[in-house]
Amino acid sequence: MSTNTVLYSVAIILVIAGVTVFTRFAPFAIFGGQKRVPASIIYLGAAMPAAVIAMLIVYCLRGTAFSAWPFGIPEAVACVATALIHWFGKNTLISIAGGTVLYMVLVQAVFI
Amino acid sequence: MNSENSTPALVRRALTVTIPVMCGYLFMGIAFGLLLQDAGYSFIWALFMSVVIYAGTMQYMAIPFLVAQADLLTVAITTLLVHFRHFVYGLSFIQRFKPMGKRKYYMMFGMTDETYALLCAEKAPSRESEEKFFFLVALFDHLYWIIGCTAGALAGQFLTINTKGIDFAMTALFIVICVDQWRAAKSKLPTVIGACAAVISLAGSKLLGIDNMLIPAIVMIIVCFFALRSKLEPLLLEGQAEGAEG
Repeated sequence: MSTNTVLYSVAIILVIAGVTVFTRFAPFAIFGGQKRVPASIIYLGAAMPAAVIAMLIVYCLRGTAFSAWPFGIPEAVACVATALIHWFGKNTLISIAGGTVLYMVLVQAVFI
Repeated sequence: MNSENSTPALVRRALTVTIPVMCGYLFMGIAFGLLLQDAGYSFIWALFMSVVIYAGTMQYMAIPFLVAQADLLTVAITTLLVHFRHFVYGLSFIQRFKPMGKRKYYMMFGMTDETYALLCAEKAPSRESEEKFFFLVALFDHLYWIIGCTAGALAGQFLTINTKGIDFAMTALFIVICVDQWRAAKSKLPTVIGACAAVISLAGSKLLGIDNMLIPAIVMIIVCFFALRSKLEPLLLEGQAEGAEG
């Protein structure tokens, strides 16, 4: 790793840490003195998490090549399998481990 | 001070209530450490990130950001929106953290989903021990996470198995959260909006040959939310309206 890569990586980590601390401290700093919380903030807080997680799934899959072999089949199979395992099993750790192991088998042994 | 308020008793109680979080954090931390190591970052980075960031979703998201050396604005805006819920968590603890003195700042820092859930559900043995008990719960959860992340990265350094495809753990984590949200949601619309905005943004960024899909997707999501506010807000906040007004 070059010095620039190390420095820029530290910068990325510190930005994430800084913004995370900001979101955790802001409610206390802004509304600690009994000020009313604007309705639009409450609304976004309720609506945002589900949309952000759906967006991040798509982001994680953005590198999938649908126009070349294996046409995204391993990703599609593993995603559906993870969702199904979790839908019926409801155990977070088993769902993640099951989906990941299935995907690793698919890309290492089946679709090579 | 009676016995159930003594420090050893509080430590034991905090250890007991945090066992489920310990299992989850060790597992997710180890998976994170393996992924980070796989991306070319040693355990020192895992240790550093688990101490200063201490947030599952964003630590996982940090890996593609690090690999791509993503621009800092995208990193900042994504973090802000991923953690928007912390803002709402904090609101419900403003009064309870007030008397906590210096420990209050660590409580605010350590407000992860899991710690939030524990603090909502678990009661301290007594009013006067609440401060110390809350602090211990937050501290133990943080330690589990640090140990998991660092151990995973160390294991990755010595592991000789083929880890190709292990990065799917991150996708699987988000799918699992998405399924849970879908099941609990008062409206499925936010999930649908998020997915559609991301797909449109991804298609657009591929068409234009740029590698930045998150900011346009986030803008679309917020625009949709405000366009549909009159319809969506009553659905999402049903049952809370009176509390917010009073």
